[in-house]
Amino acid sequence: MVKYFCNNTDIRSTWDYVVSAFWQRYPNPFSTHVLTEDVVYREVTSNNRLLSRRLLTKTNRLPRWADRFFPSGISRCVYIIEDSIVNPVDRKLTTYTWNLNHTTLMSVEERCVFQDSTDEPDTTLLKREAWISSGIFGFSRPIQEFGLSRYKSNQVKAMKGLEYALSNLRGDTAPWLLSDTVKDASGKAKEAAKNLASAAAPPKTQQFI
Amino acid sequence: MFYPYNTLQIWDTVGEACTELKREYDQCFNRWFAEKFLKGDRGEDPCSETFRKYQSCVQKAIKEKDIPVDGVEFMGPNKDKPES
Repeated sequence: MVKYFCNNTDIRSTWDYVVSAFWQRYPNPFSTHVLTEDVVYREVTSNNRLLSRRLLTKTNRLPRWADRFFPSGISRCVYIIEDSIVNPVDRKLTTYTWNLNHTTLMSVEERCVFQDSTDEPDTTLLKREAWISSGIFGFSRPIQEFGLSRYKSNQVKAMKGLEYALSNLRGDTAPWLLSDTVKDASGKAKEAAKNLASAAAPPKTQQFI
Repeated sequence: MFYPYNTLQIWDTVGEACTELKREYDQCFNRWFAEKFLKGDRGEDPCSETFRKYQSCVQKAIKEKDIPVDGVEFMGPNKDKPES
């Protein structure tokens, strides 16, 4: 049984800015749960589309009742793949994101399409869809509900992070680059989160479900 | 709510040694993307060398940390979804 979620959002920036900001949104003050972000594949196709794959690692923040599914020693990190296609002719960015591990507990897949708004000038329409499912017998429903609720709260953070990157991009004289001071501030917030984590962590073996 | 990590060293990139290479590549890419790619300029990619160095570092870190990225099909799970 899969929970499906769909919504549309207007972003008050041109598509060009949105797509540029898309690559520059980490780190930001709302993404302390995103630990790493790496491009692991990139290609410009013969019809001039940009294909990219990013690997992200995120913390796995769970409510206490989910601890029973996480015996000590299991990795708290979630590995996420984000594949994307930028079509500069049709002015369309399509992304597909899903988690690589912890999939038995929960699988979250998301598809986003960013395009020029047909209603508003200088506005980008984001259509977002998600498919959330759990394979844990007897608990799939509460896990899916939790997953959906966490997904929604993560999307609020994601939008704040994107808006943050956008507002800095628009204000900058070198529009393709976020200013370093801005990134430093975000970096400090994340450092604090990491330090808190290392202080709390006893040594454990790394395992994956 | 905050849960402790395991001993996996975590930085902005999966490979601690790759931070500077990543930064260099990202800067090159962001400039090329806005100034060339989005404007339809199909000239030579100025970032291929920095990308190669960054990838060499990152792919090594991925292997060392056993991150299961290998062989995952591009947009694989999208295949069974209805058109947006």
